[in-house]
Order: sequence, then C-alpha cells, then structure tokens
Amino acid sequence: MDRKIRVLIAKPGLDGHDRGAKVIARALRDAGMEVVYTGLRQTAEMIVSAAVQEDVDAVGLSVLSGAHMHYFRQVVEGLRQKGADDVLVFGGGIVPDQDLPELESLGVGRIFGPGTSTEEVVAYVREAVAQRAAQR
Amino acid sequence: MKPKSRWLAEEYAEATRALPERDVPFETLSGIPVEPVYTHEDLEGFDPERDLGYPGSFPYTRGVRASMYRGRLWTMRMFAGFGTAEQTNERFKKLLAAGQTGLSTAFDLPTLMGYDSDHPMALGEVGKCGVAVSSLADMEVLFDGIDPERVTTSMTINSPANAIWAMYLAMAERRGADLSKVGGTIQNDILKEFIAQKEYIFPPEPSVRLVIDTFEWGPKHAPRFNFVSVSGYHIREAGATAAQELAFTLADGIHYVRKALERGLDIDEFAPRISFFFNVHNDFFEEIAKFRAARRIWARQMRDVFGAKDPRSWMLRTHAQTAGVSLTAQQPLVNVARVAIQALAAVLGGTQSLHTDSFDEALALPTEEAATLALRTQQVIAHETGVTNTVDPLAGSYYLESLTNEMERRALEYFERIDELGGVEAAIEEGFFAREIGDASWKYQREVDEKRRIVVGVNEYVQEFPEVPIQLVDPSVVEVQKERLARVRRERDQAKAQAALAELEAAAKEGRNTMPAFMACAHAYCTLGEQMDVLRKVFGVYQEPVLI
Repeated sequence: MDRKIRVLIAKPGLDGHDRGAKVIARALRDAGMEVVYTGLRQTAEMIVSAAVQEDVDAVGLSVLSGAHMHYFRQVVEGLRQKGADDVLVFGGGIVPDQDLPELESLGVGRIFGPGTSTEEVVAYVREAVAQRAAQR
Repeated sequence: MKPKSRWLAEEYAEATRALPERDVPFETLSGIPVEPVYTHEDLEGFDPERDLGYPGSFPYTRGVRASMYRGRLWTMRMFAGFGTAEQTNERFKKLLAAGQTGLSTAFDLPTLMGYDSDHPMALGEVGKCGVAVSSLADMEVLFDGIDPERVTTSMTINSPANAIWAMYLAMAERRGADLSKVGGTIQNDILKEFIAQKEYIFPPEPSVRLVIDTFEWGPKHAPRFNFVSVSGYHIREAGATAAQELAFTLADGIHYVRKALERGLDIDEFAPRISFFFNVHNDFFEEIAKFRAARRIWARQMRDVFGAKDPRSWMLRTHAQTAGVSLTAQQPLVNVARVAIQALAAVLGGTQSLHTDSFDEALALPTEEAATLALRTQQVIAHETGVTNTVDPLAGSYYLESLTNEMERRALEYFERIDELGGVEAAIEEGFFAREIGDASWKYQREVDEKRRIVVGVNEYVQEFPEVPIQLVDPSVVEVQKERLARVRRERDQAKAQAALAELEAAAKEGRNTMPAFMACAHAYCTLGEQMDVLRKVFGVYQEPVLI
C-alpha cells in the first residue's frame, strides 16, 4: 500500500500543443502522484517503453491533432504485447464523441475534453488505478 | 471636482458599504488590477501629441492608416485547410464566394514538420488539422482556379516556410503571374515555435538564419509578400497572458530586426514587410489596449532605437484571430457570442485582417456552416454596428489609455529581462518562456477550477446542450496524397531534382542565401520531405529541454 501512483503523461506524434499535458502533469504531481512527462514527438513505441521502464500505473495521452485513433490503438496494443495491459490508458484533447465507443472497445479509459477541471482528472486517475489494483 | 482619492474614500466607500463589491477579482486577464473608476489623474504625464498622435502618423497608437476602415475594411481572412488539396481548394472557393477577401492556408502536421505524406511519422496525421502539401503538384491543385495576382494568400507555415513559399511562388510563375504583383503572407516566425507552438525542426540559430534569408530575398523578388508574420497568437494559446503575448512577440520581432541588420541588410528595405499576428481574447479593453500598445512600442523601437527612416518601417500591421483557447466544448453555440465580442475588440484595436473562429472548433475542424457563420459575424461588425465610421473611437478613454500605458510598461519590463538573459535565443534555450507561460496557464487553470473565474457553461450555468454536427476528415485522403506523391517522384526530371537538392545542400553549408535553391527545388518538383531532409543533415534537429 501507500506506493505513490505513477503516471506517464505523453505527447504522441507531431502535435506540439503541450499546454494541456503540462497542466495535467502539474495537477497530478500536486495531488501527490509521481509524474513523468515524455516531452514532445513521441512514437507509440517510445511511450510504451517509457511506461514499462518507469513501471507506471497509468498513461495519459494528450492529442489535439486528430490523430488520436491511431495513437491510442498503438499504445494500447504495445502495452499488451509487453504484458503491461494492467496499465490504465486515458487521455485528453480534441476527440469527437463518435470516436469514444471505439476507444472504449480498445480498453482506453476516460477521455477528457476541453473545460475539464483538473480535480476531475485527479479523482479519476486515483479511482481507476485503485480499481485496477484491486482486480489484480 | 474633488480628487479621485477623496471620491473613493467618500462616495465610493459609502456606496460599497450599502452594497459591497461582488466577490470577484477586479483585474484583467493579465492580472492588471482594475480600479473602480478612471479619471484624468490616471493619465498624469500623458501627452496626447507624443503618445497618440493622429491615426496614420507616429507613433501609430491610433492606427496605421489615417482613414482606417472608412477607406477600406479589414481583410476578412478565414484560416482553412483539411484533407486533400482538392478538398481545401473547394473550401477556399466557397469562402471567396461567401464574400471573404483573402485566403489563409492551414497545413497538416506532417507538412508543418517537414515530412512527406508517406513518411512513417506522418501516419495517422495526413490531412487531419490542415491540408497536406508535399510538392508543387499539391500546391497547383490547392490554388487551381484562384488568381494569385488578385487574391492575397496567407500561409501558416514556419520551419519549412522557405520551401512552401517557393512552391507557392513557383505555382504563380507557372501560371504566368508577375511575382511583383503576387501578395500574401508566410508566417515564417520560428521563434514563437520554440517559445510556444513547438513546431520546430532545426536548432534556433540555423532556423533564424532561414528566416533572415527571406528578409534578404523577399523585397527584391516578391515585394508584395510579407515574409514574416511575427506571432503572438500561439504564445497566447499556450497560456501566456496578454501582457506576455505583447512582450514576447515584439521581442521576437526585434530579434529578427537585429539579425537582419547583422547580415548587413538595410532596415528600410525589409522592415516595411514585417507583419504581425495577435490573438484576441475575452478581456475586451485589455485586448484593445494590447493592439494600441503594440503599435506604439514598435514605432518607437523602429524609429528611435533602430533608426529606420521610412514611415512604413515604423508601422505595425497586424492580423488577428479570435482566441481558440477561449472556445468551450460545452454548449458550443455560446462560442458565437465569445467570438463576436473578441472580433469587435480586434476591430476597435485597429487590425488589418481578421479570422473569426467557428463555434465548433473546440470539437473538431469547423464545418462549412460554422465557418460561414463566423465570417458573417465579421460582416455584421463591419456593416451594421457603426464602429467603422470613425477611427479609433475609444481614444481618450481614461481607462483604455491607462491600460495601454500599463501594457507598454509591462512589455518594456520584459524586454529588459530578456536582454539580461542574453536575448531571445538564449532565453529560449534557458527555458525562460516555457516557465513564464507554464506558470501563467497553471494560474489560469487554478482560477477556473476554483471558480474564481467563471467560464459560462463550463464551471457555471452548466447545462446539457444539443450536439452540433462536426466536420470529419475522410481517411482516404492519405491514399490520394500517396498516389500523387508517387507520380511526382516517378515523372519528374530526376537529374534536375537531384541537382536542385545538391545546390540546396551547398547553399546551406556555405552560408549562402537558400531562397534561390528553394525556388529551383520547387520548380524541379522536389518534395518537401526531401528538402527538409537535406537541411536536417546540414543543420541537425532540435530537441527542447523537458519541463513541467
């Protein structure tokens, strides 16, 4: 117990808009979690290997470029291949509602859109990580 | 009339005893405290002749043209681009038919990052947040049926700006256009990419050198083009305050001027073609003050610090765009109101051109209907509100003039701090801008989370709203792109293409101006990726320090 929740916040692909990623990273850190931020221009492979190496409980992907389907799929599959499918994958950015069912079927957790409060994200990560730990 | 301090202590105090002030921060979005009332006492030392002048004359606080919108309205220029060149061409033509007066091109991320559509890094991104342009062939389709001598085109492109500009000019030349009559703007502001938007490829120094190549080449070969649009927009969107946006943008502009002078260029040859691009956000008066302060600071810097003689060098001409970051995904139709108010501020601030965001942009790229409504918003301001009837109607307002002074003061303070750090490039590498912007965006988010700032529909007046239709990008885009790219590579004159790329490499290595080589590459149908690969090899690629 009492191990701090470890979260990887990642910016996949070419999109350089990192305001949201940084705000969320800071909010999770302030809430007592250990946060690793990848920086920009990460491929799915880089994100998966960082997640495994850092032994994180959750990976948050920030995508505002419209390339979300591609990257969420690759990261989820990559984690599965590495036997790390217990890691929670969630995200934020500009993701149209009609893409949500497909992301859910991939096993992606919640996607937070513009206007989400940081408290909501913090509460979600806490709860979802605890739930996954209980299932293990 | 009694002094303001007495009025505050007597009448105002009495009024607030009876009805206390609301429990909200009375300050601008930049955190400038706002007083209950402004009077002539707040403008002590203010000299209208020195600080305002007439519109169209130094220091241009009141606008760069004497007649402003009585002579010509601002250019209504909607930023558009998605999918294939064919799809964007169709949207361009519809916007022109709807009464838009200039074009503005959004490129997709692979293009912005200098990758061809078939590069592995482009997977999943082709045509998503702009149009894909990998060679002259795409540019020819993109502007098919649009006369480059008649319509001015703005292109939001930075790291690969030289190559994309060359493709546009090559397209115009092949249609028989006279380049001295072809006008438009390339954004080409790499400094704000390092500071805010992060679409850089090469390290700061060679990146700035490429920009200065356009300063040198542009006035001689494409004199009606603004070869740079020094941009605060993205700095603001990344979380900066209005005061930071103003300061950092002008600091970037000054940095380019210094670099151009170091190259031995004549200030009055290049400075008249430097243009700007500001955000226009929710805080109505602060935004207007920002535009007015920007013009005054630039004019004084150019004339008094750099010794420019031509009045056109002193004038800060600007494009404006309403604040994408202020749009909410919740109750999206409410954004129509935000955009209208922001657009009004840009007009009262004296902008030369304007893009109004569509109400659905927090959800996806705008639909045609939403983009048309945004354009109509500008037309309502232009033709129905009467604000265009007189120039700079808010001049002399105690509040607005004090705010303009305060914005100027804060900008000059930032200039000093940046100079102490060794200039803009040094400040970038030291992480100064990233920290300043990160702290400001964090502060804003806290205020919204804690409801000290109300965002209608987000943290107050929350309510379910009917969904709005959104624009989707057809996934077959990438196939169309790949096919055209394969055809270009197959059918072009290979020897000519290889020679052009070799010359680009030589020019880059030897420190010669790269623009002639980019023009040759464009005409030879070299792809964007090929050209950027040559420069990646010569200049290396940049990676920023990771900071939270």
